[in-house]
Amino acid sequence: MKSPIYLDNHATTRTDPRVLEAMLPYFTENFGNAASRNHEFGWTAEQGVENARKQIASLIGANAKEIIFTSGATESDNLAIKGVAEMYAEKGNHIITAATEHKAVLDTCKKLEKNGYRVTYLPVKGDGLIDLDMLKESITDKTILVSIMYANNEIGVIQPIAEIGKICRERGVLFHTDAVQAIGKVPVDVNRDNIDIASITAHKLYGPKGVGALYVRRRNPRVQLTAQMDGGGHERGMRSGTLNVPGIVGLGEACAIAQREMQQEMEHSRTLRDRLRAKLEGALDEVYVNGSLEHRLPGNLNISFAYVEGESLLMGINDVAVSSGSACTSATLEPSYVLKALGLGDDIAHSSIRFGIGRFNTQEEIDYVADKLIDVVRKLRELSPLYEMFKEGIDLSTVQWAHD
Amino acid sequence: MAYSDKVLDHYNNPRNVGSLDKSSANVGTGMVGAPECGDVMKLQIKVNDTTGIIEDAKFKTFGCGSAIASSSLATEWLKGKSVDEALNIKNTDIVNELALPPVKIHCSVLAEDAIKAAIADYRNKQGVESKAPAATQVPVGV
Repeated sequence: MKSPIYLDNHATTRTDPRVLEAMLPYFTENFGNAASRNHEFGWTAEQGVENARKQIASLIGANAKEIIFTSGATESDNLAIKGVAEMYAEKGNHIITAATEHKAVLDTCKKLEKNGYRVTYLPVKGDGLIDLDMLKESITDKTILVSIMYANNEIGVIQPIAEIGKICRERGVLFHTDAVQAIGKVPVDVNRDNIDIASITAHKLYGPKGVGALYVRRRNPRVQLTAQMDGGGHERGMRSGTLNVPGIVGLGEACAIAQREMQQEMEHSRTLRDRLRAKLEGALDEVYVNGSLEHRLPGNLNISFAYVEGESLLMGINDVAVSSGSACTSATLEPSYVLKALGLGDDIAHSSIRFGIGRFNTQEEIDYVADKLIDVVRKLRELSPLYEMFKEGIDLSTVQWAHD
Repeated sequence: MAYSDKVLDHYNNPRNVGSLDKSSANVGTGMVGAPECGDVMKLQIKVNDTTGIIEDAKFKTFGCGSAIASSSLATEWLKGKSVDEALNIKNTDIVNELALPPVKIHCSVLAEDAIKAAIADYRNKQGVESKAPAATQVPVGV
């Protein structure tokens, strides 16, 4: 077993060796510019790009012509939201999104608010799902876009995307979904799910960093976006810039592998996730899974160990790469806004760990991590005045804490 | 974030973990911080009735590694000191000893507050007017 153990697959994934192999010729002999129409180098590069477009489209039930290449999910989210806002400004100025979205969506919306757009941030229920009735009530005749993520990057909760899409379709509102955590992990179908625009990134599905895509529906309805970058008019005029051919080939190959192996991979991740959860819950009291277990990515476990602080937990498992919702591990010193949106207290947010289990994890790794974590939690609870008070039967919510 | 060797040492081998009898007249208890802030320190001292020397100190801390190390170090420094000497322990001494980075200075401040709160509690029990600032108080139920 190799150390350190990587269990942070929501942050990024290791590039699959098969993906790397597919990319390599496009750094060397096939180095051409896909926009060069008058020689062999250009044609070969273009072929690589068009093949990748088909592979990506196939994974999500789209047409190859509906795939626009970008530098990654942040650019895709920006292009989708700002592109719709600008293109449909005459129709309306209202956008609906959710409190648990990625910052690439939330901060884009905040920017638009400064420019006169109105944004509704839907709250989520305790399980992390949005309330569909609240969505319906929030749509007005000024609403031009609903942007709701497919699966959350912290808690792995999968939104009722097909139903959200159906509501949007019925009301004539475009529907964008940041699908970076879902695509390649669970079946996504843009037609079944009524998706108009979807953000994709390669490095979350065992592809390279720095390349992504945007699915943009071409008919029923035909979606138009105002380009956010001016230049040579690449990608149907929606995204200028010389294509990152090796990266695009890698994204395509990653999608092809994901499509072939999705069923067994889902089974693999879910088995390991459930094993980890069962071990932790079997050995420790006061352990809470954050967000819905039913509507969840197979490889996600976001779990809080009450009365123990997250950063000190990570210190005790320093040969395991995971993330914590604790303030101490973030630059802002604020605990996770996603966990707070579930209605969890700051104390539970401070006690959380996010596991992202993926393709390359093994049962041996999971067993090692579970045993080590159980030891560390027990040790830190010995140290915890809060656990001592809990054991004495003191209700911590009634305690008057001495604040500075 | 990289931790100093001293922080790691206190985290891996915390000194003086535990609890003293909080109802005893010669035990002072200080509890500072709040769970929603991610830090709670409980620090206790036991003072010898005749010599006035702190003969035992215990702590329990909910918090990051630096918070655990700060309170662990504080208990080491408290033992053998008189109550007045203990009041001279400053958070900057803890910062220097543990090589805490700027974002962790609040951990050392919390440890100093915990020392002062424990001494204030001890002096209240002894019926002595506390010389320590009354900025912190022992939570209800402790």
